[in-house]
Amino acid sequence: MHILVCGGTGCSASRSHEITKNLQAALKDKGLEEQVQVILTGCFGFCEKGPIVKVMPDNTFYTEVKPEDALEIVEEHVIKGRKVKRLLYTDPETKEHVADSKHMNFYKKQLRIALRNCGFIDPENIEEYIANDGYAAVAKCLTEMTPQQVIEEIKLSGLRGRGGGGFPTGVKWEIASKNHADQKYVVCNADEGDPGAFMDRSILEGDPHSVIEAMTINGYAIGATKGLVYIRAEYPLAIDRLQTAIKQAREYGVLGKNLFGTDFDFDIELRFGAGAFVCGEETALIHSMEGKRGEPTFKPPFPAQSGYLQKPTNVNNVETYANIPIIILKGANWFNKIGTEKSKGTKVFALAGQINNVGLIEVPMGITLREVIYEIGGGIKNGKKFKAVQTGGPSGGCLTEKHLDTPIDYDNLIAAGSMMGSGGMVVMDETSCMVSIAKFYLEFTCEESCGKCSPCRIGNKRMLELLDKMTKGQGTMEDLETLKNLAGVIKDTALCGLGQTSPNPVLSTINNFWDEYVEHVKEKKCRAGACKSLMQYVIDPDVCVGCTSCARNCPVNAIQGERKSPHHINQEICIKCGTCIEKCKFNAISIK
Amino acid sequence: MAKVKLSEDKIKKIKAICAEFGNKPGEAINVLHRVQGEFGYLPAEVQELIAMELGVSAATIYGIVTFYSFFTMIPKGEHPISVCMGTACYVRGSEKVLDEFKRQLGIGIGETTPDGKFSLNCLRCVGACGLAPVAMIGDKVYGRLTPDMVKDIINEYN
Repeated sequence: MHILVCGGTGCSASRSHEITKNLQAALKDKGLEEQVQVILTGCFGFCEKGPIVKVMPDNTFYTEVKPEDALEIVEEHVIKGRKVKRLLYTDPETKEHVADSKHMNFYKKQLRIALRNCGFIDPENIEEYIANDGYAAVAKCLTEMTPQQVIEEIKLSGLRGRGGGGFPTGVKWEIASKNHADQKYVVCNADEGDPGAFMDRSILEGDPHSVIEAMTINGYAIGATKGLVYIRAEYPLAIDRLQTAIKQAREYGVLGKNLFGTDFDFDIELRFGAGAFVCGEETALIHSMEGKRGEPTFKPPFPAQSGYLQKPTNVNNVETYANIPIIILKGANWFNKIGTEKSKGTKVFALAGQINNVGLIEVPMGITLREVIYEIGGGIKNGKKFKAVQTGGPSGGCLTEKHLDTPIDYDNLIAAGSMMGSGGMVVMDETSCMVSIAKFYLEFTCEESCGKCSPCRIGNKRMLELLDKMTKGQGTMEDLETLKNLAGVIKDTALCGLGQTSPNPVLSTINNFWDEYVEHVKEKKCRAGACKSLMQYVIDPDVCVGCTSCARNCPVNAIQGERKSPHHINQEICIKCGTCIEKCKFNAISIK
Repeated sequence: MAKVKLSEDKIKKIKAICAEFGNKPGEAINVLHRVQGEFGYLPAEVQELIAMELGVSAATIYGIVTFYSFFTMIPKGEHPISVCMGTACYVRGSEKVLDEFKRQLGIGIGETTPDGKFSLNCLRCVGACGLAPVAMIGDKVYGRLTPDMVKDIINEYN
């Protein structure tokens, strides 16, 4: 029997390490430490109900476990064979306990390829990875396939870059393989900077060896002997697990010289990012690895021609790499049967926002947004109405109800005015203001713009000022036109991918929520009640019973009134924090 | 910029770190990571010394320090507070939580309280979106925050 405890960032924050310790102590106490193993794994994905504890082999899925529950799990489940019902996941519709993860709606429609080992193996133990066919793919490549055959296999699989752009991976490898040089480099882009996306970090935390194995395969295919992982310094756990994994791989001889008895050498080093979103762009990333400011440069030359230290360099993203070993083992023809015509395989999404089941999911390409949001995601929080879903992060756009039945793939998302991006998927309900959301993303872009080209550096700043005016009720119809024009110019003239896509959040919200922009400008009204300058909190004297709850909780003492008589909000003091509305049990407070 | 007088010890330490990376300009980012890890921040005097050791201009080092948000020229508080402003936290109301931290501490983003106890910053996604909105104080993550929880959290450290 195995007890798996989630050691991902979310669950760790909810004391999953203590759960592990308590489980181990309880098992030892009962003399069972030999028979039952407790393993701290990578992320299970169902972050909403963390911390998660899973008991194998029967897939029992315990949610919201506390360290104090460890003893009961051992006494009841391990010893007596009875599942601890109160910790099982409760289906929100049937209100019944679900005995194992296979019957949970959250997992039913998922297909785990890139995340295949996350939550199943101990990421800090190479033997567990090897026991799950780990390093068998690189062995197959090195001993049975020529580099050209490896490239052909990846091309045939139809795998496209998971970092956002969707460039065919096999083609990228082929270009790098054809450029000859005394030294070539393989780079793994682990500079996940998209706010709201954390799949790369989860893969590195949960299955670091798959990335090491894939990079080695990549090195063999293009003739590179050195690999570099460019990883965010803000991801201490991922860095730690990756360093452990590299050390173990060297000890087991799967990294180093003469791999698998051949004359192929390969080794991997880490390079740390220092918090710059633009470094996700490959030319900027390469400059940053060289110890410079991470400013992008014009392509061509492409990194495949002249990259790190002016040598041919192949850059792929973490999730792309995680797909490689299994494609080699199961074959391109297995992989290319999954997905849509032009987008093969699966995609990992970080499902977040106003949705019931927040978490990390992996679904086949071609699934619809409706299936993701309502079946896997369990619908909108608190029974509110769906308004929009944002995909692609600061480079993407907002999709609406009319896109719910569009099959998700690279090309459909672009046609709908958004993009795949790295896989952030933020669901919004009617309390989200679309003008504010566009402003939120532009604030991000302005902060992260490297400043090299003027369309991005100045243009985005001007757009942000216009949006700021609108959210304060000072915008004009002329401003709206300027905004549209500016967005078009920046899209056409910015130097790199970050700049060219930065107007997308503005353009897509203008296209899909034009009425809302006009309302902000003409009627000085924010229907979502999110723009502070355009609203007032008011207490309905007919409904207020004078319970004083709002007045007691108001952080600035803006609410006055006698006990048992209607209260009143002083608008000059009110900071519009919304605490009163949350505290009022009688729905007496509303936003005007 | 306030002048900081570097002690002999510090100078020695910084020189040793630069030497460890072979005094190569290409290792500037790694050097800065290590030095900041050692001293908590990168004042101008430290940057000048690093520039000298690596044989590049102070402007080059300053350019790198100001480019990357991870590097800071202001010392952080004893308890650095970071409020997540990633999209998931934002749509679940992290801005209101941030406003409350600002109000309670009387400082803005990127500032430190006069007693050096707290500093306030934003960060983009801790990867704990299930707990949104979240904030971190030191290494501890606080999840499912509402503005009225802020006062009690700060009091934990007072």
